[in-house]
Amino acid sequence: MTTAGFISIAVTLLLILLLARPAGHYLARAFDYERTGLDRIFLPAEKLICRLGGIRGDNQTWKQYAFTLVLSNSVMIVITYLIFRFQSFLPLNPGNIGNMEPTLALNTAISFMTNTNLQHYSGESGLSYLSQMVAIVFLMFTAPASALSVIMAFIRGLAGKPLGNFFVDLIRSITRALLPIAFIAALAFVCLGVPQTLEPAAVVTTLEGAEQQIARGPVASFLSIKELGNNGGGFFGVNSAHPLENPNALSNLIQILLMMLITTATPFAYGKMVGSPKQGRVLFVSMMMLFLLMLGVSISAEQAGNPLLNSLGIEDSQGSMEGKEVRFGLAQSSLYSVVTTASETGAVNTMHDTLTPIGGMVTIANMMLNTVFGGIGAGFLNVLMYAMIAVFLSGLMVGRTPEFLGKKIEGKEMKLIAATLLVHPVLILVPSAIALALQPDSISNPGFHGLTQVLYEYTSSAANNGSGFEGLGDNTPFWNLSTGIVMYIGRYFAMVALLAVAASLAAKNAVPVSAGTFRTDNRLFAGVFIGVVLIVGALTFFPALVMGPIAEHLTLKP
Amino acid sequence: MNTKKTMLGGDTIRQAAKQAIVKLDPRIMFRNPVMFVVEIGFVITLLLCIFPDAFGGTVPRWFNITTTVILLFTVLFANFAEALAEGRGKAQADSLKKTKQDITARKWVNGSVKQVSSSDLKKGDVVIVPAGEMIPGDGEVIEGLASVDESAITGESAPVIKEAGGDFSSVTGGTKVVSDQIKVRITADQGESFLDRMIVLVEGAERQKTPNEIALNTVLVSLTIIFLVVVVTLPFYSDFLQIQMEVPILIALLVCLIPTTIGGLLSAIGIAGMDRVTQFNVLAMSGKAVEASGDINTIILDKTGTITFGNRMASEFISAAGHKNSDTACWAAISSLKDETPEGRSVLELIKKLGHSYDEKLADGGEFIEFRAETRMSGINLKDGRQVRKGAVDAVKKWVLSQGGSVPKDLESNSDAIASAGGTPLAVAVDDTIYGLIYLKDTVKPGMRERFEQMRRMGIKTIMCTGDNPLTAATIAREAGVDDFIAESKPEDKIAVIRREQAEGKLVAMTGDGTNDAPALAQADVGIAMNSGTVAAKEAANMVDLDSDPSKIIEVVAIGKQMLMTRGALTTFSIANDIAKYFAIIPAMFMLAVPEMGALNIMKLDSPVSAILSALIFNAVIIPLLIPLAIKGVAYKPMSSNRLLSRNLLIYGLGGILVPFAGIKLIDLAVHHWV
Repeated sequence: MTTAGFISIAVTLLLILLLARPAGHYLARAFDYERTGLDRIFLPAEKLICRLGGIRGDNQTWKQYAFTLVLSNSVMIVITYLIFRFQSFLPLNPGNIGNMEPTLALNTAISFMTNTNLQHYSGESGLSYLSQMVAIVFLMFTAPASALSVIMAFIRGLAGKPLGNFFVDLIRSITRALLPIAFIAALAFVCLGVPQTLEPAAVVTTLEGAEQQIARGPVASFLSIKELGNNGGGFFGVNSAHPLENPNALSNLIQILLMMLITTATPFAYGKMVGSPKQGRVLFVSMMMLFLLMLGVSISAEQAGNPLLNSLGIEDSQGSMEGKEVRFGLAQSSLYSVVTTASETGAVNTMHDTLTPIGGMVTIANMMLNTVFGGIGAGFLNVLMYAMIAVFLSGLMVGRTPEFLGKKIEGKEMKLIAATLLVHPVLILVPSAIALALQPDSISNPGFHGLTQVLYEYTSSAANNGSGFEGLGDNTPFWNLSTGIVMYIGRYFAMVALLAVAASLAAKNAVPVSAGTFRTDNRLFAGVFIGVVLIVGALTFFPALVMGPIAEHLTLKP
Repeated sequence: MNTKKTMLGGDTIRQAAKQAIVKLDPRIMFRNPVMFVVEIGFVITLLLCIFPDAFGGTVPRWFNITTTVILLFTVLFANFAEALAEGRGKAQADSLKKTKQDITARKWVNGSVKQVSSSDLKKGDVVIVPAGEMIPGDGEVIEGLASVDESAITGESAPVIKEAGGDFSSVTGGTKVVSDQIKVRITADQGESFLDRMIVLVEGAERQKTPNEIALNTVLVSLTIIFLVVVVTLPFYSDFLQIQMEVPILIALLVCLIPTTIGGLLSAIGIAGMDRVTQFNVLAMSGKAVEASGDINTIILDKTGTITFGNRMASEFISAAGHKNSDTACWAAISSLKDETPEGRSVLELIKKLGHSYDEKLADGGEFIEFRAETRMSGINLKDGRQVRKGAVDAVKKWVLSQGGSVPKDLESNSDAIASAGGTPLAVAVDDTIYGLIYLKDTVKPGMRERFEQMRRMGIKTIMCTGDNPLTAATIAREAGVDDFIAESKPEDKIAVIRREQAEGKLVAMTGDGTNDAPALAQADVGIAMNSGTVAAKEAANMVDLDSDPSKIIEVVAIGKQMLMTRGALTTFSIANDIAKYFAIIPAMFMLAVPEMGALNIMKLDSPVSAILSALIFNAVIIPLLIPLAIKGVAYKPMSSNRLLSRNLLIYGLGGILVPFAGIKLIDLAVHHWV
């Protein structure tokens, strides 16, 4: 990697670090039900929305909160499904794009509602402008807003407060966090050359005199929420590798910052909301260590390149450049691939399919762990679940019933946590096995790489990431429905179960801290947490990874 | 208990081995899901021994047989661990059952004695028990005083005094009256007596899983399901790669990955934890209570008898103006020569300690004056006519004045100083002269300070309860190093303190023996009643200390913690083991089809077959190797949680990662010779 590449990564990481804490404190204030200074700016508009929706905003029980979450999200899936199905009859369709096939429409609706943005279609040819703007962009706001609401309710529960009201949180997520930032970012993207227009594709004559259609549209507004909301679905098929969706290094930097902004801020918001900033900082540092580990492995693998190609005498000082954009180079491509999978965004500026086997494994591993920051809300929810498992094991080791933030973790909570822990690997391993057995023809590669493609598809679905390893003929009813189910369960099971945990903990008396308490705000806990994430997370997927990327890596010899 | 020492006698081991086979019954195995999976694996491989190609496999028959045998032993080892832990309780129960024979009781009916069988006695019946006879059932002394030999229950051979009324009125069936005769009202029906309950408890027949055990079990089941999914999906993956997967190898992988070590030892740890408490002569009514004691945040202790010896002891002589300390000591000694009270004896001990000498012969032939509540003095009338007295300051003062003597000017100020420091002053006088004062102090038991210091390190707060005035209480509290005290406390105060602490989310333990302690014992999360105490107290408590030593609560806390720690340590160890097992089995599974996978064979195991068998053998033998640890519990020293965790992580976490690498490699070195 070049010095410039190294510096560009260092600067990006530094900016992420600088933004996380203030953003976290802002989030904590934004979701504080006590009166804060922010109310003066946002409350009038929010009150109006509440009145229009007939929402009173009373505190909800965990069951009400979870029910409103699942019901409102499901209703939105139905609405967008209908828009996709009938887009050819609806306005704003200058490209005369036809109606979507039913299973693809369902898959796409679930995909965007669950913040996954797995795309079994190509944006330019599959969706009308109305579908892009009303259906897709609408879900790109409500999906992360739903998850942000859930994590805030969960944290309130840990802090021993009522969980709050889903609708109030949903509105606040949009008015106070997503909309203002996305608006500013969109303007920045426009300045950097990203199109924002309702005109149909531009028709130009090339130098050779041929006629070419250049797809365009309201890209900038789409792009900003795509990154900020950890959505990841591309306006264009090739996503952020497309010059109009990611024109230069600066737009690339902004995209990375947007992907990481809210998810790195959440631990700080958590620390503030539970009244102990150290608790949040420890988790942030732990996740950052995992992130750096992943990044290090990815970069060194990409730098080493493909020994088969290297042995042919191809210039290899740049590392593996296959599938990468020269305007980003190895450093920014590797970084982007780690960021987009760590934050479960799914936007890509390089084709993950063409990463080296180990570089590709890093992207899958991020999604398998789903705790290297993770997507807005959902990621940190997972992190707190792993923290509780770490607390449970370490509590036993010091001879006390485990406590997390002073609340005892007992049988009831552990049952819910154990079930949640189970869901993620099952959602990845079982459908992958079924697909490998039933759909070998839709997999473009034989052998280890083909296995990785399938594994990637379901890992990406279960973790609600949405990026693809490509190479799958995945627009078939089998893939559409199976990934649809995986995305839906992967999204809501953990949220509902962990809301129940939060409510159960909130109802408990907090045990005061003493010398006998196992502390969760120091380096030792960070170590235990990382250990638990790696061992519990990695043990589950080790055999699958061995048969996919690791075998591919080992057999890649000249 | 007499059978205490028979921990690992040959008989116990034989019994346990037999039980291990009985427990193979799937209906029993089902209760332990982790080991049940292993048993199913065993059945499948057994079938494969008979029909080797049932799944189209190509592994040789001997491999199937070896795997079957190892799996069988894995299950047997786990069963053996449980049976061994249970066996120790059973041996105790048997010796208790011997105590519980049917005897003839003298039932008191309308003023006359009627001979009935002890099994016909009902609650409310009254029986007479003369010296030399066994008490036929649990009850309360309603008349008389007797010394009772309770060694059958407590193991303590010195008889204890039981008398009607007060806190020493309860007697236990199966104990023996040694002297005198008592009338007892039976308080428990047959089958519900203390002895009956004790037998049930030590047998562990009604053992219920504790909350923490349930939580841990949930995690283990979840891990088992995850690994089941991992292994079941594996052949689909390998099919796609056109690599053949053998069923016995998949079963081997599954058994190695699921947490069999902790799964096999979990119930043994629980039983052994209860048992450790019993060995300690404390009877826990449930495992939940033992577990809760590990979580205790606050301990409420009675001052008298727990923290201090309860009797005041002489600690200093303070002479009045014009007298020498040695004279005061000498007369104090003369007055105490025949005084058998603890105070009197302590005076003589103090003199010995200080090195004062006095003439014992002075007292020869003197008339000892015993302490009486009216006079509040004791002493001796010497042969030469001199009268020596020691006693309450104002009583002695009055006595001296009545003989025309005078009171030293500094007496008042000295005695006030002693009183305000929490002590009791005794004046010493000979005829009309007051020589000085004996400073009596309630003495803190040796070692208590260190124990409270330990508890503070463990994060446990200690509260001392005493009937003393606040001044005295504060002095003792300071001296003993307790965190807090309640002076002039009434029984209600204890409940109030317990409720206050509980409202803050803390778990509270207390000890007590009197009937008036019963409500507080019931309110406390861990209540330990003294066996010498009343029936009401014992009923309300969730533990009974057979030795009636209230300070034992501290050890009970340690045992509770130890039980949780042992579970945590072995769980961590078990999960960490998986890393090495993966590196043994995964390369072995693929090395034939993909030779490059040999790069993952970092242990350089000889062949795929020996690698798999070595991992499987390691997985099996680690269970019996860890039985002693499971039964004894991991070492526990009071220290802060963070240090404890670092230490245990190092031993069981890091150890759990490294030990199997070494173990599997060693086994492979042996196994590969005949593979």
